[in-house]
Amino acid sequence: MPGLTKYWHVLNIGVQNSLTYRFNFLTRTLFGFIPLTAMLWLWRTIYEGKGADATVGTYTLAQMISYYLVVTVVDAFTAVSEDDWQIAADIKDGRISQFLLKPIDYLWFRLCLYFSGRLTYLAVAFVPVTLLILYLRHYFVLPPDGMTVAFFALSVLLTALLQFFLSYMMAMLAFWVLEVSTFIFILYAFEYIASGHMFPLDILPPVVEGALYFTPFPYQLYFPVGIYMGKVTGMELITGLVMQAGWVVLAYLLARFAWHRGIKRYAAAGG
Amino acid sequence: MNRKHQDYSTAAGQGQEAGGLASSRLAKLGRYAGIYAALWKNSVTRETMFKGNFLLWIVVELLWFGLQLGFIGVLYLHTDAIGTWTKWEVVLLVGASQFIQQIYQAFFLINCANLSELIRTGKLDFLLMLPVNTRFVVSLRQVDLGGFVNASSALAVMLYAARQLQLVPTVGTVFAFLGLCAAGILIHYSLMFMLATISFWTVKAQGIVFGYYNLFQIARMPDEAFRGMYKAVFTFVLPMLLVSNVPVRLLADKLESHGALLLLLGMAAACAVVSEWVWRLSVRRYTSASN
Repeated sequence: MPGLTKYWHVLNIGVQNSLTYRFNFLTRTLFGFIPLTAMLWLWRTIYEGKGADATVGTYTLAQMISYYLVVTVVDAFTAVSEDDWQIAADIKDGRISQFLLKPIDYLWFRLCLYFSGRLTYLAVAFVPVTLLILYLRHYFVLPPDGMTVAFFALSVLLTALLQFFLSYMMAMLAFWVLEVSTFIFILYAFEYIASGHMFPLDILPPVVEGALYFTPFPYQLYFPVGIYMGKVTGMELITGLVMQAGWVVLAYLLARFAWHRGIKRYAAAGG
Repeated sequence: MNRKHQDYSTAAGQGQEAGGLASSRLAKLGRYAGIYAALWKNSVTRETMFKGNFLLWIVVELLWFGLQLGFIGVLYLHTDAIGTWTKWEVVLLVGASQFIQQIYQAFFLINCANLSELIRTGKLDFLLMLPVNTRFVVSLRQVDLGGFVNASSALAVMLYAARQLQLVPTVGTVFAFLGLCAAGILIHYSLMFMLATISFWTVKAQGIVFGYYNLFQIARMPDEAFRGMYKAVFTFVLPMLLVSNVPVRLLADKLESHGALLLLLGMAAACAVVSEWVWRLSVRRYTSASN
């Protein structure tokens, strides 16, 4: 499969690139854990204030802590770190011109770099995440059965693709505007709260939670975590996965479409 | 002449004019004020060049601020208190913490983040040559005017929360509050500047500087949520739990003792001293990148 080997090389280069600035990478990873630990403390204090056996929504303290830990794991597997900035910079600085000449597809190229970024991050984050889970093992709930784990894995993969295609689509804005970072941050704000990063979505009033399911946000994080926690089962699980796959396909098509339109403009502007 | 010479030796030079005449100090202050006014003018010109972008950044900050408040709203759907902190007290805390962060951002953030770039490109040479204190220019080169707009929205939220709490602080309390906020800003600045000086040792420190953003998240949480080692670290090593909690406690009449006030002021002074020491050490180590 010579067509695929080139992408294997891209993956390889990506890993090496991320490791160039090891110290930087490690510090950032460790800093990233601070908000998580603070959040766990905050919830612990809230539960203590409510008395023993208290629940928030349907969550016991153990379930709440597990929720944030699983969010961290899913996030480690799927979060887009700098891919969108880099893609936007490639467009702005004209570095994509070379891809128009080479037999390599820019979207797949970037997808490989995204996966290699995740691989290196996982390698670095593995130790602290594992230590944290071990430290909180009394609070950490395991998934109900093997099937759940399999569905969880499938959903995490779909989440990764959805995250990437959405970021790619946002980065395509660089064809039209000079500064894409504001737009990326605005989307990120919505993702942060509506994907369940800050708190589980089912502690929201039901109307709000229901409305969120009309957006792709819950499928960017909350849905796979829900599967793991055994909150989504049976028919709901299947329709959820179909919806998630639907969002992936839609995001992919939009990403392709935006690139296509952008390139036309790019060629015209570049002369 | 003598003074000029001292200025050229920069980093270690300024501010050590021990026992100098009051009038010469005043003249010096006037000179720095003049320089700073020129830097402001530059920044204003720069911002007016990209108006759309300027407004969009304000939208971004507002959105994130709203998000924090939304989170508090959701939390208090399920609980009446975090420790002894009630809903509007926490809103006051989130507002104050946003206020402190935004004022800090207006004056210092871009400059701290740019230090690594100055070192990487060798532009620091040029700043070291200027006849002013290098830390002064490096720290205050650019002003982020959006920060003031965002600080005012934080202020509005604080006023609303204070009304909900039926707080009627005296003028003295308000000034004391602002003074404590200034101490908090000094802590943020000293710590982040120290982080930025890491770029004298490793090339790509910009990411590390933005890593500091994670600490802001602790600063807006009620101190009572934390205990043990965790609380100790974020009080005595990285005093995030003092920065906005102490001023708000003063304002909301929640202070358990006056020790907390002294602790915040003491930690601010300590951070400033350590940060200056690290800076001097780092500049001594600087070998230009331009050769």
